[in-house]
Amino acid sequence: MSAVAEQTGQWLAEFTKQDAVAPWMQELRAAGFARFAELGFPNTHNEEWRFTNVAPIARAQFAHVASIPHVTDAPVAADPALAEQYLGKVASFGEHAFLALNTAFLKDLVVIHVPRGTVIEKPIRIDYTAADGTHVAPRALIIVGADAHCTIVESYSGTGKYFTNAVTEIVAGDRSVVDHYKVQREDPSAFHVATLQAQLGRSATFSTHSIALGGAIVRNEANVVLSEGTDATVNGLYIVNGTQHVDNHTVIDHAKPHGTSHEMYKGILDDKSAAVFNGRIIVRKDAQKTDSKQTNKNLVLSDDAVIDTKPELQILADDVRCTHGATIGQLDAESLFYLQSRGIGKQQARSLLTYAFAQDVIDRIQVPDLREQLEKYLFEKFHEVARA
Amino acid sequence: MSLLEINDLHATVGEREILKGISLTVNPGEVHAIMGPNGSGKSTLAGVLAGRELYNVTGGSVTYFGQDLLELAPEDRARAGIFLAFQYPVEIPGVSNMYFLKAALNTIRKSQGLEELDAFDFLTFVRDKMTLMNMDQTLLNRPVNTGFSGGEKKRNEIFQMAVLEPKLAILDETDSGLDIDALKLVAHGVNTLRSPERSMIVVTHYQRLLDYIVPDFVHVLAGGKIVKSGGKELALQLEKEGYAGLGIAEDEEVALA
Repeated sequence: MSAVAEQTGQWLAEFTKQDAVAPWMQELRAAGFARFAELGFPNTHNEEWRFTNVAPIARAQFAHVASIPHVTDAPVAADPALAEQYLGKVASFGEHAFLALNTAFLKDLVVIHVPRGTVIEKPIRIDYTAADGTHVAPRALIIVGADAHCTIVESYSGTGKYFTNAVTEIVAGDRSVVDHYKVQREDPSAFHVATLQAQLGRSATFSTHSIALGGAIVRNEANVVLSEGTDATVNGLYIVNGTQHVDNHTVIDHAKPHGTSHEMYKGILDDKSAAVFNGRIIVRKDAQKTDSKQTNKNLVLSDDAVIDTKPELQILADDVRCTHGATIGQLDAESLFYLQSRGIGKQQARSLLTYAFAQDVIDRIQVPDLREQLEKYLFEKFHEVARA
Repeated sequence: MSLLEINDLHATVGEREILKGISLTVNPGEVHAIMGPNGSGKSTLAGVLAGRELYNVTGGSVTYFGQDLLELAPEDRARAGIFLAFQYPVEIPGVSNMYFLKAALNTIRKSQGLEELDAFDFLTFVRDKMTLMNMDQTLLNRPVNTGFSGGEKKRNEIFQMAVLEPKLAILDETDSGLDIDALKLVAHGVNTLRSPERSMIVVTHYQRLLDYIVPDFVHVLAGGKIVKSGGKELALQLEKEGYAGLGIAEDEEVALA
């Protein structure tokens, strides 16, 4: 048996065990599995996976179960025909083994449709919970019509050692306003791979915020394609300790002129944790007057944590403004001394500065209860670290 | 017992000796000005007293109310009543001025066996002090010193001093970068805080500040030593004759080069 076949063997068993679904979905599943069987799990010779070894995922045994999304405050049920029309069109798997694998297990999709011109004030929440020993393949399709507004909050959590392989597809119509949040608080021993693929319309305003807190091995992809005059914000915060590994891969594709993108990813690493930031910005030949800014900042609290940061700019147009910058640093000694000189203990000063580092990403979260919840969570987390 | 007793203090930065035997006694209520050219060791002295890690004390002693000051961590010095007004106050994005100062005040109060203040009591407590320093409420809600003008930063230092009510305040070149109006405001704040129980060490390059904060004693520091001490008239002599009048090069860094 080849290495790939060895890896995919157990998945074949899980794949064939599934209940039947609608023929069009059945077809997609089959295509997804066939592609996954060809590709196998990526290894570190694959440039896209150079810093993330997924062998522990490939080696482990999981029983596939259908993910049971808990959706609150969604607009009226979407027309099932929309799923057939859009699914897999934005997130096509190509070379992407995990996307193909997710597609092989399509079922119980979350389909959200915000019709043209509709403004939904209340955030739509999608919560996923996973159980020990299982594989889940959450899949969400979010279709936002022209001039419509909405906010989506996805949350992932669970207990034990399990494998979440999620895909979210977003189609944002012209002039729509879409804010997307993903809060990942998986079990510290869980594996989490998630791909966000967003196709953004003309003059649409889009933001996505990835908050990565849990998981043993985590891969987060956020890929957005802009149209003319689109404004995209791609932000992330990753906070890892122990032996956690989090890999953030983003692609911001300026396909048309006059697009604006702002990207800010911040990471806090402690103990022997590792993080990757790979941010690709593509400015196509037609995409003149693109304005793009990318920032990746890392705060490293221990001597043993490892960060690999890699900006990748592919600029094919000549009249553009693109800036990028990455920093890796420790807590500022002068700031620590300033706090201490006012009576604040060294450990408390450290936790305060660590919290402050994350604050500007948190401040950008426009959902008040989510922001408060994260503030509280982070504050307590850093306080614990400070006390330890 | 004197409040502060510095005896033959030596300190280095890396390999370089900056303080070469400083002795100084400060009694409660006294205001001492430390003057000197650039590179004379003024800021080093201020930093050593506040516990800045950059400096290594290689000799001598410092006692504060009879206790060995040098063995205390910076936060313990602050809790014991020592306050350093920074020459370059640090910007801390992400921490609100109010949160920071309330945390500082409460740790100090706690160490003194006093009850901690909640947000409401804290605001009541700081209101007068804000008026004193002409501080806007919005300055309290902004991140510590972030985006503050030079004058706002220095005012914020003295405001913090007013809130934390130290026994020994060390003002490190608080006048630097201030225009005359800002200087008067800062000096007014400092003068309001003068009391028979509170001592101050005012570090400055220029005599100008001492027109507004009139010291009891003036010490001239040069080459890491106090070369001359006197009353406030010594500052005036310096104003007239310059450091050269005392036979000191204006800029020791240059002189050494």
